[in-house]
Amino acid sequence: MARFDPNDDSVVVIIGSGAGGGTLANELCQKGFKVVLLEAGKHQSSATFRNDEWFAFNQLAWLDKRTTSGNWQIAKDSPNLPAWTCKTVGGTTVHWAGASLRFQEHEFKAKTTYSNVTGANLLDWPLTLAELDPYYARAELKMGVTRTNDIPGLPGNNNFKVMYNGATRAGYKTVHTGRMAINSRPRDDRSSCWQLGFCFQGCKSGAKWSTLYTEIPKAEATGKLDLRPESRALQIQHDKQGKATGVLYADKDGKHVFQKARIVCIACNSIESARLLLNSSSSTFPQGLANSSGQVGKNYMRHTTGSVYATFAKPVYMNRGTIMAGIVSDESELNLKRGFAGGFEFETISLGLPFAAAFLKPGAWGRDYTRLLDQYPNMAGMWIVGEDMPQESNAVTLHPTEKDQWGLPIPNVHYDDHPNDLAMRTYAFKRGADIYNAVGATQTVAVPPYPSTHNMGTCRMSENPRDGVCNKWGQTHDLKNLFISDGSQFTTSAGENPTLTIVTLAIRQAEHIADESIKKNL
Amino acid sequence: MVSGVAVVGDAAQWTAGLKTLNAHEGETLLKVTRQIFPHDRLDDTDYIKVVQDLDAEAATTPDTAKVLHEGVATLDRNTNNKFITMSSADQVAALKNIETSPFFQKVHGTELVSLYNNHAVWKKLGYQGASYPIGGYIHHGFNDLNWLPDPPESASPKPA
Repeated sequence: MARFDPNDDSVVVIIGSGAGGGTLANELCQKGFKVVLLEAGKHQSSATFRNDEWFAFNQLAWLDKRTTSGNWQIAKDSPNLPAWTCKTVGGTTVHWAGASLRFQEHEFKAKTTYSNVTGANLLDWPLTLAELDPYYARAELKMGVTRTNDIPGLPGNNNFKVMYNGATRAGYKTVHTGRMAINSRPRDDRSSCWQLGFCFQGCKSGAKWSTLYTEIPKAEATGKLDLRPESRALQIQHDKQGKATGVLYADKDGKHVFQKARIVCIACNSIESARLLLNSSSSTFPQGLANSSGQVGKNYMRHTTGSVYATFAKPVYMNRGTIMAGIVSDESELNLKRGFAGGFEFETISLGLPFAAAFLKPGAWGRDYTRLLDQYPNMAGMWIVGEDMPQESNAVTLHPTEKDQWGLPIPNVHYDDHPNDLAMRTYAFKRGADIYNAVGATQTVAVPPYPSTHNMGTCRMSENPRDGVCNKWGQTHDLKNLFISDGSQFTTSAGENPTLTIVTLAIRQAEHIADESIKKNL
Repeated sequence: MVSGVAVVGDAAQWTAGLKTLNAHEGETLLKVTRQIFPHDRLDDTDYIKVVQDLDAEAATTPDTAKVLHEGVATLDRNTNNKFITMSSADQVAALKNIETSPFFQKVHGTELVSLYNNHAVWKKLGYQGASYPIGGYIHHGFNDLNWLPDPPESASPKPA
């Protein structure tokens, strides 16, 4: 592994080692760039992961205090934990379930397609599916996505059997074990899936793609990567010409280090990426770095999620095997006749008993609730992931008074459900229950969204610098050597899990950085 | 942890091991935790462990101790010192009256983690826990559900 001097201003500094940052680091290292990769969390491995929900949550999750506001139920149920993302080398790719779906053509043109949805700050992406398709293909190959590149699908588990039979009886046609970045066969020096049932807790078999044990070691093998775990970015600095000069961070001993950089890339997940820019305000950029549009932190999206669980007369054991073991895609198609814009997927989901107790009915107690938990072995579950509407008022802002251990304002996350989100969720809850009732559910439970794992849109891409923070390469409109490299660059959320698109954009961004460097534009 | 919890329900046995809570508070909290998440398949020992966790936190966190002492006192005052001898329905009603109180929230929040993270409870409620020690479920029933037809291979390919 390389070690670069803090005064070496020829390095690219990437902040965050998840899907965006970890991938970008490898892509750039492969092209010969020197990369310093700052990661706030510790360096775990498959050996240190545990099949234990609470242990893993405390080991991997981003638990720094945040506050919430708005009418979303999260503000009531988990006011200081709006998001369930990770602080660890590999970021949230350690926790993700592996669903890897391309966005659809019309989803890149949300404003045009859905026309004017009242209250929504819709915008078309400055990108088309055709432009991204070759990069999607590279991402799928890199990640080993099942049902692409002649990689067989995963075998379905019990939870999928219930979904499949219910969905097909309810009239759905596109139901299968999904496109998953989980090995169905040994591949890329990683084993095939053991069906452990602990995808969220860090995959101990290594079958699930994570930057932790794919991109990052590959980048290290080039001798061009300086990975610095437990390094917390505090501020991005710039010169008088409006170029980013480097990143001030606190190392594992709390010592402040300023790492110089020729290019800075931010991939801290949508809440922290926006917060870092807002906390990097200066006399030149008084409302925050790269924020001449005023859109930094705005248009925060988290998908219109929710879950449906059902109990049956006979055992299911949903805890056995992959968490997202299957998908129903029929509802993801463009269909404005349902009374809402955007589409959604049903994906199986399962929780162990500890998290089922915590999440099935937050705050519940008493006999009605324990009667449900007594049915745990006979329970099946599915998750809804659908497009939510960007709203300018749904925003990450700096808390006016509360500060973190480094003296920086903590983030507040404000989210109001848009009427479109509510209409979609209501419809999806009903159709999800239909699926389970078609195979004899004894009870169905509509479960409100968990703390958000899909966080998007706080530094969105836009054609016009007035409307967003970065261009179609993730390059900020205001500082040409400052890039957004995570899901915060999403212009809209689409109805698919974000990771594949984050990886795709990172591959494309690396190519752009290399091209522009050759042309001396960077 | 207290090791001498052999005689279930024998107050003298387990409450003697409490550090901060007195015997009456321990007994009251046992009833409270049982009413918050009542499972007929669980034994008092499972709930006693929750009370012990509350007691352990109270021993190091004065705020928790205060909330628990005051909470039990309030519950007693509201029920004329009869809470632990009241009928189950009356206990539920008494708890319903204070469900937004810091006392109830503290007990509920602690119990939610403590009770459902107890391996003895997992076993009794049918949760299998860690699967890594057996090599995952790939050879241990991940697709053994037999009361519905198997999906076609196009939807669900056979394992490698």
